[in-house]
Amino acid sequence: MGNFLTLLRNELRALLISPSTYIAAFLFLVIMGFVFQDLLAEFIRTESDTAPATDFIRLFWLPAFFLVPLFTMKSIAEERRLGTIETLMTTPVNSVEVVLSKFLAAYLYYMVLWASTLSFQYVLYTFAKEPSLLDTGPILGGYLFIALSGSLFIALGILASAVTRSQLVAGILGFALVFLTLVLGRYSVEITRHETEPSVLLDRLVDYVQIFQHGEDFTSGIIDSRPFVLYLTGTILLLFFAVVAVETRSSKT
Amino acid sequence: MESNELIIEVENLAKRYGRTTAVNDVSFSVRRGEIVGLLGPNGAGKSTTMKILTGFQQASSGIVRICGIPVAARPMETKRRIGYMPENNPLPEDLRVREYLGWRARLKGLRGRRRRERIEAVLELCDLKRARRRIIGRLSKGYRQRVGIADAILAEPDLIIMDEPTIGLDPHQIVMIRRLIESIRGRMSMVISSHILPEIEMTCDRVLIINGGRIVAAGTPEELRHKFIDRTIYEVEIQGETDTLKGELASLNTALTLESHEPPNRDGYFVARVRAEGTEDWGEALIQTLGQHPGFRLRSLNRRQPTLEEVFLAATRRSWDTLLPERNGDVSREQRKPTMAREGR
Repeated sequence: MGNFLTLLRNELRALLISPSTYIAAFLFLVIMGFVFQDLLAEFIRTESDTAPATDFIRLFWLPAFFLVPLFTMKSIAEERRLGTIETLMTTPVNSVEVVLSKFLAAYLYYMVLWASTLSFQYVLYTFAKEPSLLDTGPILGGYLFIALSGSLFIALGILASAVTRSQLVAGILGFALVFLTLVLGRYSVEITRHETEPSVLLDRLVDYVQIFQHGEDFTSGIIDSRPFVLYLTGTILLLFFAVVAVETRSSKT
Repeated sequence: MESNELIIEVENLAKRYGRTTAVNDVSFSVRRGEIVGLLGPNGAGKSTTMKILTGFQQASSGIVRICGIPVAARPMETKRRIGYMPENNPLPEDLRVREYLGWRARLKGLRGRRRRERIEAVLELCDLKRARRRIIGRLSKGYRQRVGIADAILAEPDLIIMDEPTIGLDPHQIVMIRRLIESIRGRMSMVISSHILPEIEMTCDRVLIINGGRIVAAGTPEELRHKFIDRTIYEVEIQGETDTLKGELASLNTALTLESHEPPNRDGYFVARVRAEGTEDWGEALIQTLGQHPGFRLRSLNRRQPTLEEVFLAATRRSWDTLLPERNGDVSREQRKPTMAREGR
């Protein structure tokens, strides 16, 4: 545990002193700012039954696509490329601590960026003075969903980074994994519809992994325990694979 | 040496990658306080052996014990006892020296006052005090190497393992690293690999020569000389006829031959190299015979110490012959070397 905190501290320090952190944060806020403004403009033009804040959070997949691979691709691949994984793993730390600290640092960063978008809602509220715009239920649900799904996406990125020594490969693989996770759920619905004999089990399974649907549910204030189980077990499983990758692959370089 | 407590015990260690064997049935031990040099051509299995000692890689078979603790079963305990500097000395680029050492000290379980004291001590020892605030990525190679060594000795481990600590350094820096190693001598055991042989000879108490994944020779540099060099070269500075010299040597003993000689310089003296087979000392006999001979004027006689380089070449050559017995003779050495180099990583 002491080692874990030491490792986490070092990861956070590395994040704080790296210029890429700030560039990525800037990009994220600029893009999300424009998206938010666009949603507001749309909201004024056409009457909609969902608040702009809700629509905003339903765009969670956008940063998940382009930012998660960027955040995570460096974490383990870079250690491997530099060879510092060797000095790291020959101190009394185990690979679980190493992977967890990398994961938590990236996750905290992701969450800090999302938390900073709360300021958008605040700015909107102070200028619009319209309580219906700041509907706390969906906003809370929405950010809870971001926190949950974020853990799965970051874990995917960490796994991608753990299996290679090239940041580029890690980035592309991370992107592909996040893409597949998001899109497969969505399109498996189509596939099961074309089945001649719909299987109940498959239908339920497909229903279970609808990440977009979870997003809709949470932002509508429907907070179910099943997505919690899905995202948390998914994260744990992926991180376990990452630990295995660190242990086996480090002994082959 | 200092004590008979064994810091490293390696028994029948082997490491295979698929069909290639990097380390093959290696056994050795290192006592407390001893400095052991690991020698061998590239790809001989030095780095692999070191990585297995540190617990970074798993052996295919065999037992490694550090301070009596098996590495495979209790790696956390053995890692606490080892300071390791890998090949090429990987360091994070964006930390400052002091920050890096502070972090490493925490990882190695140093806390509070002891942590601060140890960091100050290694900064002092490795002459890094002025560089403490500098960013590692901008340090010169000599500084980086010292940061790596500082990290290895940081927690005062029982055993320090350094893979090629002097590679790519200039002579000044090599001397500096050697002094550094000298200053740690006795307090901690050390295993150093290198292919700079004078380096090893100067710093190490004992040498292990590895080739093709096997230990082909082990002992002090002196013992190895005895074992592998079965001839001595005497350099004689003399004035006279070379043909007479040849005859005189032959009549003295059949073991003596004139290996080579240089053309005489202005005062008529030339340097002749006399080769003596066997380990017997011919110095006195040569002085007597050549000094009293009317045809010669002897100015100096020097028994040339075979360098570790020669020992190394002799030991590795011998091992190649035993490793490839079926091809003995007809295959030239140049053709064999690449096949040996492929084993390894």
